[in-house]
Amino acid sequence: MAKRIDDLKVIGNKRLNNDFFILELFAGTNIADFKPGQFAQVRIDGSKETFLRRPVSIHDVDYENNTFKILIQIVGKGTKMLSGLAEGDLLNIIYPLGNWFTLPEKTEKVLLVGGGCGIAPLLFLARYFKFNGFIPDILLGFRNNARIIEFEEYSKIGNVFITTEDGSVGEKGYVTSHSVFSTQKYDRICCCGPETMMKALAAYSKNRNIICEVSLENLMACGIGACLCCIVDTVKGNICTCTDGPVFNVNDLKW
Amino acid sequence: MVNLGFSIGDLHFKNPVLTASGTFGYGSEFDDFINVSRLGGIVLKGTTLEPREGNLYPRMAETPSGMLNAVGLQNKGIDYFEEHIYPRVINYDTNVIVNINGSYIEDYIALAERVNKLKKIRAIELNISCPNVKMGGMVFGTNLDSSREVTREVRSVYSGKLIVKLSPNVTNIVDFARVVEEEGADSVSLINTLLGMSVDVAKMKPSLSTVTGGLSGPAIKPVALRMVWQVANAVKIPVIGIGGIMSASDALEFILAGASAIQVGTASFIDPQSSVKILEGIESYLLLKGFSDITEITGFINRTT
Repeated sequence: MAKRIDDLKVIGNKRLNNDFFILELFAGTNIADFKPGQFAQVRIDGSKETFLRRPVSIHDVDYENNTFKILIQIVGKGTKMLSGLAEGDLLNIIYPLGNWFTLPEKTEKVLLVGGGCGIAPLLFLARYFKFNGFIPDILLGFRNNARIIEFEEYSKIGNVFITTEDGSVGEKGYVTSHSVFSTQKYDRICCCGPETMMKALAAYSKNRNIICEVSLENLMACGIGACLCCIVDTVKGNICTCTDGPVFNVNDLKW
Repeated sequence: MVNLGFSIGDLHFKNPVLTASGTFGYGSEFDDFINVSRLGGIVLKGTTLEPREGNLYPRMAETPSGMLNAVGLQNKGIDYFEEHIYPRVINYDTNVIVNINGSYIEDYIALAERVNKLKKIRAIELNISCPNVKMGGMVFGTNLDSSREVTREVRSVYSGKLIVKLSPNVTNIVDFARVVEEEGADSVSLINTLLGMSVDVAKMKPSLSTVTGGLSGPAIKPVALRMVWQVANAVKIPVIGIGGIMSASDALEFILAGASAIQVGTASFIDPQSSVKILEGIESYLLLKGFSDITEITGFINRTT
């Protein structure tokens, strides 16, 4: 599918808490065909210190209203500036980029696992899976109650399990220690979050012959396979996260 | 109509906007965004004899108005290039330039011989200025004797146009430009990246796996421009200006200072359409100023001062 570069109108900027916000963009009637797991490169205007674009996951797509959402965590100057965008502002964006999560066989039992900002691509993924005829379980990990985001949205699609590091909501600890892994038997795990979390899930999956796909967020400059900065070491050698990923089967990674 | 063309010897370029090696892949990465054939030329990702995996991650760090990279010439080697890339890249209606790199002088010679047989490739860019490899690269381009020798040897086996890409990491870049001109280079392109580094304060370690890397982007433009101006005033062969060109205005600074052409590099990462926008901007400028041929403004500032 063709990649695009557009100035898209911001039609909503919803602050979820101190650290997270969702930008909703109007894509026009000729909206791109998005696949779950894909990302976009957004330009940051107005500062010499934010020279490069920022890669952001496609959080959700609404084909009826020709809009899509990006969920962003404020981590530095670039994301801080994005958080200040208001309705009517234009955002220069290159999209849709990268590959996507594989659509499972319908008999498979699937678990989506997200940690922190890693939950971003999983809403569209959950919606996509449900649209294709089966309902995933969704396990989301947060630091504490105040940082839980988008719970209601995920709950509309499948069973949602929560972990918090302080135990304020759901099970206490990290997603990797959740009881769902001992009580349920999954055929496939789709995962996005901190690398330590994804590595733990990769090891768990490999030991049990569970299909496991992870979404990586390596530093990148171009996002279109030209700069070769975002490489990941795989069984096929160094390949680009932006074009060969961001979604990888863990068997291809040297984890 | 404005004539934007320029020539290196008998090799004609329809306009002065080229893309810099390592920032434009093999062209196809940009097919969704621009008509690559509109450009004066494209310089392909650096090619070596053997496949190279490049340096470890992280290879990139954002810096004020720029970026550091330490890719380390990752590429699949000349065999793969001949078999898989050459057949499709020659479909572009533009000059396709192969950027060649080696660890030893023999590598450069062997590569030049191989590319010499590819009839649709009419120019090579001899990269003696890559700062991100342990052997070769900048080692050649920061030593006058080595620069002379590698240019001479490649010249003796390569019959197309020989462009030598110069390193800014030297005391006097003019000396290097003169040496490669004496040895038969048809053109020089400059500058490659400036050696730099960055430290991640939060992690308390270097930002790049290699510690040092090559700085590019608007941060280096004034340095690049100064060097292009110096070289353009010292050699007779065409000079191709590179370094932080983000807009037509940036490109025109280089041309007015003496560059016959320019390469768009890092800008393509920020805006994949920047090369074509720069081309259009140069044409508009010439029309607005009432010039009919770009050569009327090449080195303009050197004539009036």
